[in-house]
Formats: sequence, structure tokens, C-alpha cells
Amino acid sequence: MTSPTPADDRPLLSAVDLHKAYGSTPALDGATLHLRAGEIVAVMGASGSGKSTLLHCLAGIVPPDAGQVHYRDRELSAMSDAERSALRRTEFGFVFQFGQLVPELSCLENVALPLRLGGTRRRVAEQRAAEWLGRLEVTEVAGHRPGEVSGGQGQRVAVARALVTAPRVLFADEPTGALDSLNGEQVMRLLTEAARHTGAAVVLVTHEPRVAAYADREIVVRDGRTRETVLAER
Amino acid sequence: MSIGQTFLGLLEASPRHGYELKRVYDERFGQGRPLHYGQVYSTLARLLKSGLVEVDGVEPGAGPERKRYAITAAGVTDVARWLAQPEKPDTYLQNTLYAKVVLGLLTGRDAADILDVQRAEHLRLMRALTRRKADGDLADQLICDFALFHLEADLRWLELTAARLDQLAATLRVPAPHPDRSTP
Repeated sequence: MTSPTPADDRPLLSAVDLHKAYGSTPALDGATLHLRAGEIVAVMGASGSGKSTLLHCLAGIVPPDAGQVHYRDRELSAMSDAERSALRRTEFGFVFQFGQLVPELSCLENVALPLRLGGTRRRVAEQRAAEWLGRLEVTEVAGHRPGEVSGGQGQRVAVARALVTAPRVLFADEPTGALDSLNGEQVMRLLTEAARHTGAAVVLVTHEPRVAAYADREIVVRDGRTRETVLAER
Repeated sequence: MSIGQTFLGLLEASPRHGYELKRVYDERFGQGRPLHYGQVYSTLARLLKSGLVEVDGVEPGAGPERKRYAITAAGVTDVARWLAQPEKPDTYLQNTLYAKVVLGLLTGRDAADILDVQRAEHLRLMRALTRRKADGDLADQLICDFALFHLEADLRWLELTAARLDQLAATLRVPAPHPDRSTP
């Protein structure tokens, strides 16, 4: 488990003046974002504004055409593919709108999977996975497959899986996008509580203001450009 | 909110003293704006005069605050009518923010800035309410959710308006605020 260092105010993750186009369609046109350890930042914007592309660049999933992304002291584009994969596996966690759980595995096995891939023994991995299912209040679905649980339960399992390795950064892309209001609220409450518990910083992409209100501050993306409208209040 | 009818509803649940009515009202519905004792007793006096409540008993040696009030049959009918009647939805047609956006465009200021500053203010309040919800009971959560959904509606309007500033500028016959940007 890692905790932010209060004295260290340098950003944990920084993106400066990112540009990215898909063919002739610009997605990012000068996006900048600084994420400090342990903080929760909402990235807001309309559909097609570039907010998911920004997340993908920040997480090293797609390379920007121009601009730089630094995680701690290292630039992502200077890393090898293997190094970036290792970074995503060990330092980053991901929660998407849906479709991220392996359908053939039980919910417990899904949560244990990142630990197993990192070499943790099955017994230990499943014990920790069970603890995380408890923290996300979905112990009862441990033996069920993802197809047998509700959307809200599935997202809570996904959050448990994303945080079980104690990542430094959690990337959440519209994590409540497929849920109704009540389930969305539960997922956000548990996600933010769990992230604060582990000290993980969160990049929360959402177009919903009520979801963004769980963050410490927000960044607005419009036409591929970012506009930070509020300073951190913490 | 109608204090009189709220009192009637509380009295239908059980007879109460004036100070007890104030305490329950403040706790359930006050949201940081407690009633003045003057409001409590003037409201009860009006309800007494209209025959909607009656004095159910006076405790020995008591001042006016020691009277216990009970709802009458007419009071029950009145509160039933009030509860069954829908609240008139606000039309929200008198809109200061809209006026600010129009005036921003007409005076050549950056109307997008006006919207951004407002969005930040709305989200600041939404964060505070979300934190309050996390620490509160179910009553707190429901009260805060009511406010949060309304604030969210405002924010949707802000987004939609931000996307339509160029069109609005055209209808006002002022130069587009973002000449380098195509209208969505």
C-alpha cells in the first residue's frame, strides 16, 4: 500500500500541451493536466470533446502526436512498450464503463487476476480479493460470474479489481455511465472512499456533474483543449 | 414552503407544544434556517382562529408556550387537500444567467468565461453537498440530492449554451465569440 508524500507537491502525473489526431480529426489540441498524489480530478466535457483521449494518453495507452506525459520523473514516450505495460500493470488501475471483467471467471477470480498475473500465489491473491469485495460491499457475488450480477455489482467488482494491486493512479472512464442514479451513487461513494483509503490518485472522466462532484477539482475539456476552472480545495 | 400546512401535518401525526413544533420543524425542514418564535406563535394563532387547530391542554403554571395544540377535523381536511395538490413547477423563464450571457455578447466580453466561472461555482457547491451527503443520514442525503439534481440541470444548460454561443451571437447580430471555431 502506498501513500502520498504530503511534503512532495510535485505532480505524480503530468501532461503538457498534448496534441492528438485520429486521421484528420483532432482529438486533443493543447491539453494540459497535472495530477498530484492522492487527489481526485474529474475530467469533464461533452461527448467528443477529447476527454477519453486525454485519459488514454495519460495512461500510456495511446501516444500523443505532440506534447509530453510524465509519470513521476519519467516520460512515457521514452519508455519501451514493455516498460509501459509494466507501468500500467503495477502502478495504474483502470475502470471503464463496462465489459472489463473476464466472463469465464468468477468475480473473486476476476479481482484476484491482477495479483495472479503479478506472481502472487492463488491462496493469497484470493484472500486479498475477498477483502476487496468486502470493502466494495459485494462479498455475496464472490462465486458468481460477471454475467450473473447486476450492473452496479459488476462495477463494484471492477473497482475492486482495479484497486487490488494498490495502484498509485486509478483511471476511471465514465465508471457510472451504464448505471442508474442510485447504483451510480453507490459506485462513486465506494470508489472514492477506497481510493482515499489506499492513497491512489484518480483521473475520473465523466460528463455527469453529480459524478464530478465526488472529485477534489475538475478540468474541463472543450474542443480538445483543457481549462482548469477550479483550484484544488484540499 | 407553507409553515402553516407543515405545522398541520406535524400536528396530525401527534399533538405538540409550540416549542416542540418549532424544534421538529427546524430539525426536519429548517436546513440551517430555524423558525423565529414569533413566526411559530403567529402561525399557531392564525390556525387557531381558522379552526384548523385547537388547544388540547395547558400545563399548570404555564405561559403561552406550554399550550398543547391538536389538529381539528377541518385541519385534517386542509392538510389532506394540500398534500394531494401538486406543487406548481417553476418555469425558470426569468433567468439572470441567460441575461448575463446575452449582455456579455452584446458588450463584446467573453461569454464563455461567464459560463465557465458559473460552472466552477456550481461544482464547488455540488462538491460541498456531496461531502455533506457522505457524512449525513438518509434525510440529509435526500435533501442534498434534491439540490444536486437541480444544480446538475443548471450545468447541463451551461454546457448547451456554451456549445451554442456562436449561434446566439449570430441571432444578436454581434461577431462570433470564437471565429476560429466552427459552430457545433
